[in-house]
Amino acid sequence: MAVVETRGLVKQFGEGAAAVDGIDLASADGEFLVLLGPSGCGKTTLLRMIGGLEPPTAGDVLIGGRVVTNLPPRARQIAMVFQSYALYPHMSVANNIAFPLKAAKVPKAEQEKKVAWAAGILGIEGLLDRRPRQLSGGQRQRVALARALVREPNVFLLDEPLSNLDAQRRASARDELQGFQRRVGTTTIYVTHDQVEAMGMGDRIAVINQGRIRQLGTPREIYDDPADTFVATFLGSPPMNLIPRNGHLLGFRPEHVAPRQMLEGAGGDLVPIHFLATREEYLGAERLVYGEVEGAKAVARFPSTVDVPAEPGRGYEFAVLARDLKRFDAATGLRVAGPA
Amino acid sequence: MAGTGTALVGVKRAGARGIIYALATFFALFAALPFAWMIITVFKQNTDLYTRTNNPFLFNEPPTLGNIDLLVTQTKYLTFVGNTLLVAAAVVLITVVATVPAAYSLTRLAGRWGESLGIGIFLVYLVPPTLLFIPLSRIVADVGLNNSRWSMVLVYPTFTIPFCTWLLMGFFKSIPWDIEEQAMIDGYSRLGAIWRTVIPISVPGILTVVVFAFALTLHEFVYALAFVSSSAGKTISVGVTTELIRGDVFFWQALMAAAVIVAIPIALLYNLFLDRFIAGFTLGAVKG
Ligand SMILES: Nc1ncnc2c1ncn2[C@@H]1O[C@H](COP(=O)(O)OP(=O)(O)O)[C@@H](O)[C@H]1O
Ligand SMILES: [Mg+2]
Repeated sequence: MAVVETRGLVKQFGEGAAAVDGIDLASADGEFLVLLGPSGCGKTTLLRMIGGLEPPTAGDVLIGGRVVTNLPPRARQIAMVFQSYALYPHMSVANNIAFPLKAAKVPKAEQEKKVAWAAGILGIEGLLDRRPRQLSGGQRQRVALARALVREPNVFLLDEPLSNLDAQRRASARDELQGFQRRVGTTTIYVTHDQVEAMGMGDRIAVINQGRIRQLGTPREIYDDPADTFVATFLGSPPMNLIPRNGHLLGFRPEHVAPRQMLEGAGGDLVPIHFLATREEYLGAERLVYGEVEGAKAVARFPSTVDVPAEPGRGYEFAVLARDLKRFDAATGLRVAGPA
Repeated sequence: MAGTGTALVGVKRAGARGIIYALATFFALFAALPFAWMIITVFKQNTDLYTRTNNPFLFNEPPTLGNIDLLVTQTKYLTFVGNTLLVAAAVVLITVVATVPAAYSLTRLAGRWGESLGIGIFLVYLVPPTLLFIPLSRIVADVGLNNSRWSMVLVYPTFTIPFCTWLLMGFFKSIPWDIEEQAMIDGYSRLGAIWRTVIPISVPGILTVVVFAFALTLHEFVYALAFVSSSAGKTISVGVTTELIRGDVFFWQALMAAAVIVAIPIALLYNLFLDRFIAGFTLGAVKG
């Protein structure tokens, strides 16, 4: 068990902007830390630098308080699961899982015990004699996890491990993966571009854009108190509405908009929103009403259980609780303190 | 209605199978016929072979072992075979030892230049030996290997290595980087990772290299003719043709015997590896 820390980590590929641009990050012990950001923002590069597969241009990586920046991957006591799972195609599942133990020269009998233990945790005892190509995506993922688990590493590094699964499998895999991490209690750094995975699994989330951390916090903090407009619009679907007003951007979540009279009992100041509805989407559990507020595009989301009139082409007097409004600087996009 | 429909499909399918089998039989016979002819010729007496009205595929006179006896006792055929095997083994070894690291560096370490360099190296293979043997004979003489079978061990890698490097690059390119990096994460150095992942995964590719280097060595003629003139150093391809064609006299039966005796074990050997090759060539194709 160990803490992972990066100090001023930079990676520059050739000319142009840095892929990773000065990242300071420290995990807590046993934490499930998610790196979340759009494709190409530098998540994989950051993870590869932590793993020792990519030498940083500047900065340091510390694992368990020790600087490992110049150590090869094998000296870092980490386990990594690649997006492709990178199973060894020429070995049986059992040998795949035993591979890190062989590298560590663990005695044969001990190896077998460990393989059986790891396979048991992931429920793949029945697959040990198969070859990787005879496995489904979900089974491959479990084999990769068993291989990562088997030598009890300091840290798990996971790079979008669920992206190869179909949507149905992904939901249950999310659940299993988190349960598994809780059981073994190993510090985990998990890379994803999927906000549902990040919100659902992370103890904390680092939101990354263009090689920089935009915000680091619990899922609740990130969602309810975004540090800037990037974080505000990257999370949530549909994302936070941003309305220019008095030189600021006024932000509110679609689910916080409601007719005035429905909010009056909620206790708290109301900020009126004049909402011009243009289009409606019925999604079963909820309705999305698209429209305009003060000339800017906006979305409101209502549960299907409440009957809010919102006919396209008509204006409505909606409101938002003042505490649900966030203000951002129009130029920098950074959060500005104080009420609207 | 449905019944006649399926019956029709069945007839069609049977017809298609019939055509496939007919074609396969035709090509099998087409490929086997020269060998059959060679084997029959080996055991023919001279008068049988040279009588133009005789059917070449039948024994019109009793078969004989005399031609094989001639091959073994009147020429140094066994020495030729020994030389060929020695040269081939040495060339195969040198080729594998050189091409594996070369192809690895070109695919993994040379970046975007790797591909062009690989093609450049392959182009060297296309320069004909009929041109190259002149400068190469100077080199062979300078290192004192004139008239020695070791001259071929020195020179043959100049064409086996370019071709086989290019061949192996294709195999290495199909192995994802991830697998190697995973082995490094799992506790090995880069060399250790290559040894345990890239090499075993590319065994079919390395076997292909072995077969090609072997085959290229077996049928090489120009260099062998240019660099070796004493019977003691000749390989089969040169030894047999220079010593069983005397002036305008062709010892046909002995020539055929010389070819068949080496061809058959090699054919059997290739057959043994056939499954591995096919497995190797389809490795990347099977996904999911
Ligand atoms: N080996 C490399 N050489 C050059 N550029 C690279 C390399 N790896 C990544 N990059 C670039 O660095 C940026 C970040 O990539 P990556 O870390 O893979 O992003 P992510 O995993 O967040 O999608 C991208 O612009 C990508 O093109
Ligand atoms: Mg990535």
